[in-house]
Amino acid sequence: MAENNVTNILVVGIGGQGVMTATEILAEAAIALGHDVKKTEVAGMAQRGGVVSSHLRFGPKVLSPQIMPGTADLLVAFEAAEGMRWCHYLKPGGLVLMNTARLVPPVVDLGLYDYPADPLAAIRERGFRVQAFDAMAIALELGDMRLGNTVMLGAMADHLPFPAAVLLDAILKRFRARKPQMVEINQKAFEAGRAADKATQHEEVTA
Amino acid sequence: MGMPPARVNFLLFLSEISMAAAMPAPSQSRLLLSGNEAVARAVWEAGCKVAAAYPGTPSTEMLEVISTYPDIYAEWSVNEKVSLEVAIGAAFAGSRAFCAMKHVGMNVASDALMTLTLTGVAGGLVIAIADDVGLSSSQNEQDSRFWGRFAHLPVFEPADSQEAYEMTRAAFELSEKHQVPVILRMTTRINHVKGLVTVGARSMPADGSFHKDPSRWVMTPAAAGKRIPLMFERDKTLRAAAETSPLNFVETGTDTRVGFVASGPAWMHVRESFPHAPALKLGLSCPVPVEKIRAFAATVEKLVIVEEVEPLVEMELKAAGIECLGKDILPRQGELSPNVLKPAIARLLGEPVPEQVATPAPVFPRPPTMCVACPHLGVYYTLAQIKNLTISGDIGCYTLGAGHPWNALDTTISMGASMGIALGLDKGRAAADQDKRILAVIGDSTFLHMGMQGLLDIVYNGGNVTVLLLDNRAVGMTGGQGNPGSGKGIHGDARPRVDFARLVESLGVKRERIHVVDPYQLPVLFKTIREEIKIPEVSVIITDQPCVLIDDYKKQQPYEVIADKCTGCGNCVDVGCPAIHVTRREKVVKPSGKEVELQFVRIETSACTGCSLCVQPCAPDAIVPALPTQPMRLVKH
Repeated sequence: MAENNVTNILVVGIGGQGVMTATEILAEAAIALGHDVKKTEVAGMAQRGGVVSSHLRFGPKVLSPQIMPGTADLLVAFEAAEGMRWCHYLKPGGLVLMNTARLVPPVVDLGLYDYPADPLAAIRERGFRVQAFDAMAIALELGDMRLGNTVMLGAMADHLPFPAAVLLDAILKRFRARKPQMVEINQKAFEAGRAADKATQHEEVTA
Repeated sequence: MGMPPARVNFLLFLSEISMAAAMPAPSQSRLLLSGNEAVARAVWEAGCKVAAAYPGTPSTEMLEVISTYPDIYAEWSVNEKVSLEVAIGAAFAGSRAFCAMKHVGMNVASDALMTLTLTGVAGGLVIAIADDVGLSSSQNEQDSRFWGRFAHLPVFEPADSQEAYEMTRAAFELSEKHQVPVILRMTTRINHVKGLVTVGARSMPADGSFHKDPSRWVMTPAAAGKRIPLMFERDKTLRAAAETSPLNFVETGTDTRVGFVASGPAWMHVRESFPHAPALKLGLSCPVPVEKIRAFAATVEKLVIVEEVEPLVEMELKAAGIECLGKDILPRQGELSPNVLKPAIARLLGEPVPEQVATPAPVFPRPPTMCVACPHLGVYYTLAQIKNLTISGDIGCYTLGAGHPWNALDTTISMGASMGIALGLDKGRAAADQDKRILAVIGDSTFLHMGMQGLLDIVYNGGNVTVLLLDNRAVGMTGGQGNPGSGKGIHGDARPRVDFARLVESLGVKRERIHVVDPYQLPVLFKTIREEIKIPEVSVIITDQPCVLIDDYKKQQPYEVIADKCTGCGNCVDVGCPAIHVTRREKVVKPSGKEVELQFVRIETSACTGCSLCVQPCAPDAIVPALPTQPMRLVKH
């Protein structure tokens, strides 16, 4: 937490991955606890396969909506290279929760640029901690790729300044209101994400 | 305002715009709203009767959300000028009216604005202009606060969603009190940022009516001449109002070495960066409350003006003899975020500048791409194959045709400009360019917005231009809003749909020079373009497949690549579809001695929607329908 008691969480990925929805749910959880909240996206033309970065700031009083480089408490990357692109937003020694899925853009397929060989190692080289897991595989195992962002939310749950149950509640409320038949599977996805986080926490310690 | 207890969940409903229509959240609700959503709520609460806009990032959601509220007329207009005129008409009729646009929209609408300031209004009129500070999706970064000076209109500048809500309500009051249209200047960092907003109750203004008064509403030279002095009088009244407005206030501070004057999102950045400094907030920033600032300046050692983008307040203060700093120490482009402000002020104070420890890792760019199966892919694949073309482009998804792998778009300036620029490229061609063919590419909505007049000009003046009119039945770039080309209104309801072939024929294009082509039929498209560019007169080729993001688009069975059959020719890669991925590259020397790089591919079947554009140029027939993987695909009755 920053000295002014504002928590900075940066969620990044590609348009269509559910980055903005995940941040919106995080915001709702923070609001439920009585925090002031600001959420901002730099999503330019995200619908066209561009980068999405969603800034969430919450605390007693939030002024600027933007997280500045070097000040994020937590970086959640829905895609490996995006984790690398945004890691400098973290505080020194900060934590990246990373989906290992690699989404290759046309500029790489066209041979104009290379996809980084090992984004995870590149982030660690900069002194940040990384916990990486294949959220897409977990979602597919549960039967639907769209569960990916709930898996990612589950992975975040034990890194927030509030109980995991508050976040789970914010997710399930949303589904209860719109798609009650999806409540159970989302709860499973959340727990699977949480478990993946626990498993990789261990890896991080022993790495 | 009795509400069932179930509505405690309203926060969750809000991100689903469609839910708002059923029942707007009750007064005193605390909602997580974007600036655009906050303005929409305030417009509804203010009892506004008519709201109009043309979509444009970052302004689009204002009208989208307004259209979900009950008892308010909302429309997508064909362009910003018409939207402003619709709002003006409603305000003349005595009703409250609202109009929203992105910054460049006001360039189009300003013809009406510059005389509207003379007539003034009867019902309150608020014009929200969304500046794209930081250029997230625009062709320039112009500062709309200039319009306040140019047109002698008051300008409000909210700093977050709560203020966007409050200032919209205040703007209607001010507008009616002084019978003056009011500008609400927003920026991307207001429009698209979500924050908590406490909303109020709806209150309807007294019903007005249209009062016949030619001296007021008919701006002949004689009538306008009498209105100009009244406008100057109004300036004085508004300046006095700005001096005493509670929206312009001082926050005292203990560190008086630097005092700040700031507005819009920059205010929050100043408060974040310098919590102990005195600061003066400009909410009603035009006319500038010069005397209030003069008094504030006397309380600090140095005065710094923090405004995005141009030094407007700064210049006016300097002209008034108030010593201050601004763009001499701060950038004139982009957002004035804490990481810009802190080092600039440290330098000013001679303090050590915080080291930039956080530098980004080198990662490939991820520019926006066209969608999988986008009908424009066929168009640009074809254009990339034709040599000796100069292609005049326009504003929309198809501007991306300038990028890889097509590199098939040569100019982009403003909405509809592809037409006039193509004519100018034709008439102004140098001797060296005599063999060049001039082609213009424009989308359906952009054509109806500002392109029709340009085509008429090409016809009238005998231009030799081939026009590609990409009709995808949507304003694609902003999210598929309806327009007269889609035949759908703002609520998705059926409206008369323009017949483009008949329209361009009426403008004077010869019937035999008009072709309607399916952009997924590459051989036909190629042949048609090749033939038409050779004919020295205006032709119009209309492509007629819908945007893949709208309901009209029907997915087909996806394709896959038989790896053994792929020869690595790379023809399919040239289509530019994001579902095609290169799995392996291999350099080989051809019998001719030329070295080529082979690109072996796969198709991301889960993303492919079966448009067949990559299948057509595949010589070895390596791309075939994928075996159904989902049970639902097996059921075909």
